Amino acid sequence: MVPAIELRKIDKSFGPVHANKAIDLTVAKGSIHGIVGENGAGKSTLMSILYGFYRADGGDIVVDGKKVEIEDSKAAISHGIGMVHQHFMLVDNFTVLENVILGAEGGSLLGEGVARARAELKRLEQEYELKVDPDAVVGELPVGLQQRVEILKALFRGADILILDEPTGVLTPAEADHLFRILRVLRDEGKTVLLITHKLREIMAVTDTVSVMRQGAMVATCKTSETSMPELAELMVGRRVLLRVDKKPATPGRTALSVRGLTVRDSRGLDVVKNVGFDLREGEIVGIAGVSGNGQSQLMETLAGIRRAVSGTIEIDGYKVDPTTGAVDPAEMRRLGMGHVPEDRHRMGLVTKFYEYENAILGYHRDPAYGKGAMLDLAAIRETANGEIEKYDIRPPNCQLRTASFSGGNQQKIVLAREIERDPKVLLVGQPTRGVDIGAIEFIHRRIVEMRDAGKAILLVSVELDEIRGLADRVLVMFDGALVGERPPETDEGELGLMMAGVNREAAE
Amino acid sequence: MFEMMILILDSTVRLSTPLLLACLAGLYSERSGIFDIGLEGKMLGAAFAAGAGAAVTGSAWLGLACGIVVSVALALLHGFASITNRGNQIVSGVAINFLAMGLTALLGQDWFRQGGQTPPLPVEARFTSLDWPFAEALRDVPVIGGLYSELLSGHNLLVYVAFLMVPFTWWALYRTRFGLRLRAVGENPAAVDTAGISVTWLRYRAVICTGILCGVAGAYLSTAQSASFIKDMTAGRGFIALAALIFAKWRPVPAMFACLLFGFLDAVAIRLQGQELPGIGEVPVQFFQALPYILTVVLLAGFIGRAIPPKAGGTAYVKERT
Repeated sequence: MVPAIELRKIDKSFGPVHANKAIDLTVAKGSIHGIVGENGAGKSTLMSILYGFYRADGGDIVVDGKKVEIEDSKAAISHGIGMVHQHFMLVDNFTVLENVILGAEGGSLLGEGVARARAELKRLEQEYELKVDPDAVVGELPVGLQQRVEILKALFRGADILILDEPTGVLTPAEADHLFRILRVLRDEGKTVLLITHKLREIMAVTDTVSVMRQGAMVATCKTSETSMPELAELMVGRRVLLRVDKKPATPGRTALSVRGLTVRDSRGLDVVKNVGFDLREGEIVGIAGVSGNGQSQLMETLAGIRRAVSGTIEIDGYKVDPTTGAVDPAEMRRLGMGHVPEDRHRMGLVTKFYEYENAILGYHRDPAYGKGAMLDLAAIRETANGEIEKYDIRPPNCQLRTASFSGGNQQKIVLAREIERDPKVLLVGQPTRGVDIGAIEFIHRRIVEMRDAGKAILLVSVELDEIRGLADRVLVMFDGALVGERPPETDEGELGLMMAGVNREAAE
Repeated sequence: MFEMMILILDSTVRLSTPLLLACLAGLYSERSGIFDIGLEGKMLGAAFAAGAGAAVTGSAWLGLACGIVVSVALALLHGFASITNRGNQIVSGVAINFLAMGLTALLGQDWFRQGGQTPPLPVEARFTSLDWPFAEALRDVPVIGGLYSELLSGHNLLVYVAFLMVPFTWWALYRTRFGLRLRAVGENPAAVDTAGISVTWLRYRAVICTGILCGVAGAYLSTAQSASFIKDMTAGRGFIALAALIFAKWRPVPAMFACLLFGFLDAVAIRLQGQELPGIGEVPVQFFQALPYILTVVLLAGFIGRAIPPKAGGTAYVKERT
């Protein structure tokens, strides 16, 4: 059978960066083909070339047996290629219908095209189980549905080949499962699906064939059924990787952080954290599991002194703090020994336009070690930064680079190094491995466990259930702002999933 | 009292017209994601070109054409700076304002030697009032006569054009393919790009629309409202139009009401100039002249709710590099 897509010797450089090195790839029709690789391995670049977003420096693209030139996205669309981007290409204040017809309006007036699109959406909904209200405003839909709109957009344009770039990064586990179901339906209807991801579990769960990229080169292609996660991980990173976290049982000491009756209200006046109370002891990692948006972020921010609570108390190492007053700010919390690795390193953890060494002391810049009075002691700061770069294997090892030019994993290491090296008593860690490569994940997990073994108390928030179960010594489940239960980390994934969805097990039975 | 109201409303319409044209002009550009504080400069340039063109050719229509050409040229300059070269849109807009201010004065003096003015236009070279059928006959009918003969009838063509542009702009924005894409590119240009549409060409078309409407606005000032170009005759109208656009949250129909409001304040200011107000005495005319600006500050400070500009406004579109 003629393959759906054949890429021959695709080459692309951005200045000195050789993003794609003579890539060959053959994708069979009617299959789900996965492409894995670390961030920066060149997957997205390759797909952007296929979708006409970039032009290759060299090489051929063959679609359906015919050699084609893809100059822009319009050409890609006309060859039946559709793409669901990692960051959705949707207009938030448009309705679903408006987003779907954008660029395929079918005439200079809208009336007719809208009617046609409405009928077509209905058909697609029935054929592929892609249900979404065509008149809903996209910005008000949950991300899972927004993604569905992206898929509908591609199908509406008659795509036979669908590229999905890191589609599950923003989805809850249930939404991801639903997406996979849709992908299988699409395949069974004869569509070809290209799935770009760095999550190996997804590759194993849904693909027929998998290709591995490393540092701009295609290193292997094999049937999914004939490979395994450790093998793929090794191919991706180029060395053996430990996928499981290796740790000894915890030996908890005295209570380091004690939270009682904490309630936090957001700007809309809704309680987003409801009467939360727990203890965190030295030498243990407590994980907070929950679907994103159930109050974990606000809880972390309150503990870090960023957000005010309406009631409750926080006790750090025996020192009582009143989080309802403005007197508690991040600087004060840091002084009391609270380290904080924020969930979103771009929004809160780093100023990406700063130099690395500036970010290395951000929040600790008043420390007399880094300057006198109004002046900063740059030599001391750079020395600190260089020390952390070496210890945390931050690459490239140059503290005078802008932070934006580091990869996600290295940026995360910059934040972790900054917080851990200040030797806090309690460390709040939010989403430590979001958008981080497998190799760096291993390193970050090991550092967190080392901190625990050094007798620190660690509170871990993550939407990755695997991460929580792998790292934590105790798991608290958060739903709708409240802690709904505590379980040991060995608890079955299904049970935790139900708790995260707010289903009370006793009530269900 | 009724008669005075009609007269004030009548001049409200006249005074709102240039604001409305400029405001709708700005709407096209800003909805596409190109901020334009150069409305003032484009209007001024067009007013000069229209005044000069009409004076030289003796035709109001050729004057209007000159105004539009100059305004579109300035708009394309703004487009070239901010779309093609991804320059700062505010800086480019300010530059155009200064350019227009200086050039009109310089060229006016060099060409016509009348202190920066263009020669006074004869009636044939202006847009003059159009009287509606039966306007004279109905003039003395109570209420209807005032409304019809004074308020609706008796304006020049450009006034009607300006107000007809409101439903037209609404239709173009919400009922045509161009409008859909225009709204999309101002919110998320990447979505437009990946849908296979050229962001650059779309934005250029938007600034051309802006140029045309600013051209009409300028021509209105020098060949319809007045009979010659006077140095700096736009007098901040471009900025007021911009404020109106923000009040209106970038929507055409509210834009009309915002412009009418500013026009009304202007009309009241002129009307009450030098008159005693009962119980207050004579209010300095400066107070009324300042009213639009005071209103702008007060309204923007919170009375209209948050004005959310097109999300991609003010930033040049650059394809992401992986």
